[in-house]
Amino acid sequence: MSTTAPTTASSSVRSESPVLSARGLVKTFGKVVGLDGVDFDLYPGEVLAIIGDNGAGKSTLIKAATGAVVPDAGEVRLDGEVVNFRKPSEAREAGIETVYQTLAVAPALDIAANMFLGRETRRSGPLGSVLRMLDHKGMRESAGKSMSDLGIGTLQNMSQAVETLSGGQRQAVAVARAAAFATKLIVLDEPTAALGVKETNQVLNMINRVRESGLPVILISHNMPNVFEVADRIQIQRLGRSAGVVTPKSHTPNEVVAIMTGATTLEETPGKAPD
Amino acid sequence: MTPATTTGPDAATPAPSHTAAEQFAKRQQSPVQRIQHVLHAHPAISPLVLLVLSFLVFTYLNPNFGTLRTQSLILQQVAVVGALAVGQTLIILTAGIDLSCGAIAILAMLYSAKLSADGGIPGPVAILVGLAVGTAAGAVNGLLVTRLNLPPFIVTLGTLSIFTAMALLYSGGQGVQAAEMPDVMTWTGEIVNLGGLRVTTGVVMVGFLYLVVGFALKQTMWGRHVYSVGNDAEASRLVGISVNRVLFSVYALAGLIYGITAWVLIGRTGSASPNAAVDANLESITAVVIGGTSLFGGRGALLGTLLGALIVGYFRTGLSLAGVDDQWRVLTIGVLVIVAVSVDQWIRKVRA
Repeated sequence: MSTTAPTTASSSVRSESPVLSARGLVKTFGKVVGLDGVDFDLYPGEVLAIIGDNGAGKSTLIKAATGAVVPDAGEVRLDGEVVNFRKPSEAREAGIETVYQTLAVAPALDIAANMFLGRETRRSGPLGSVLRMLDHKGMRESAGKSMSDLGIGTLQNMSQAVETLSGGQRQAVAVARAAAFATKLIVLDEPTAALGVKETNQVLNMINRVRESGLPVILISHNMPNVFEVADRIQIQRLGRSAGVVTPKSHTPNEVVAIMTGATTLEETPGKAPD
Repeated sequence: MTPATTTGPDAATPAPSHTAAEQFAKRQQSPVQRIQHVLHAHPAISPLVLLVLSFLVFTYLNPNFGTLRTQSLILQQVAVVGALAVGQTLIILTAGIDLSCGAIAILAMLYSAKLSADGGIPGPVAILVGLAVGTAAGAVNGLLVTRLNLPPFIVTLGTLSIFTAMALLYSGGQGVQAAEMPDVMTWTGEIVNLGGLRVTTGVVMVGFLYLVVGFALKQTMWGRHVYSVGNDAEASRLVGISVNRVLFSVYALAGLIYGITAWVLIGRTGSASPNAAVDANLESITAVVIGGTSLFGGRGALLGTLLGALIVGYFRTGLSLAGVDDQWRVLTIGVLVIVAVSVDQWIRKVRA
């Protein structure tokens, strides 16, 4: 992985082709420029962190790539095919799952119901096809399996209402849902923003488990220690543009913060050569 | 959806706890908290307890209350409000409210009664027209809520006046007597004997309505989405549920239910009068709220509404049999509504 010269991800030299890539994304909101021609690449099996100050365009970048906002210009490719999603549901159908900051859970419904929300399965036979009955038992079992796959053993009762869970447990439900249905990649938007130390570690463990399962992850965060703990590569956003792509090995957190805030640039601070 | 345990999620892992925070997290629940958790998981418990208690108290005050005869009379009295409350429950589950339910039922009733009496339209067709009028009126509410994004309270406050005026304009303020209508229109007033419990076919129909809609709410994807939209519309949209389609279907289905109620109402009153069931509008909301369904949406069960409607009926007949002035009934129901909403507020604060 080259980190000595690139100013954008596009110039890194890799043999694999990216799972998801974007070129020249532009998005303006009235006179405010949210994205000013941003590129990015997500490679198989990696955790790509996207960091930046408030208003740097990190959330907009991901929304533009996954259909939550429609970019004014630019191109998104999934496995090399141009996709350009117009709605989040189109990205979801293509195998991209997003865990929003708000988690998108229905608090009074139980864990299993939330895991399958909008994707409920019916019972087999005439009970399902004629009476349209939901497969409550099957969904509970499958939800329990998804949770334990991610190392969430403490939640045993899938019939527990989500509002009775702690913040970290709710996050776990949302991540488990994404991991269970994603076939291409997962996007996590500030997953640790509202969590305590212990729960943050739990979520970072989940991210590692997702990577081990082979799904690449895009992590949006401005929590530097978290990013350095789990990310393989870090794309730094600044003022609607990409200020460069680094790795936790090539740069220190202080250097990354300096690039992120504009105190220095990637050219001035090329960092260590990769091992 | 019956949780095996209602204790905190950490209770399953008896790992040694060291920090004060962990000790705090594993603290024993007080009995009050345990009650809160049970009520949270089963919102129909409090109305069930109230129904059983009021049955015992009213039977103690006047033994006539407990007889099958009185009970079947109560069921017949409750049928109309109980039927409206089915539609009302659906709408309140989506965090809406329907002030126009009684007006829609009366509109549907007058259209089908007039058409069959004056227009000479066959009874079954007139009933279908009533169902269609109800559905269309519900659909109008649904369109205003989903397309214009107006608050359901305002929409149905407006359509309450509109539908009431339409009913009066169409009927000229005149009712239709049972003798002028085909027999099928008053069929819902015929008595059937259910093992000593003499009820009307209308009561049986309303019971069937509860079974069908209750099944749809608990067992189908549509029902799951009704709860989800009422819980958090934005979250539902993000997971790909078409929120407006769910809302519209709820208002239109509620309209159909009010159309069915119109038929039950004709059988109950033996006529079709524009002044019938004037209290039913607000009483349907009372039944839903006493039944433990949250006005904030997404929480509650149709079974609770059935119990709530029965509680209202119990208080009316029970207090009257106890020889108490009817205003005490009005006052007590008012207190019950406030208590029920307070309990709901408390239950919603449940935490692990």
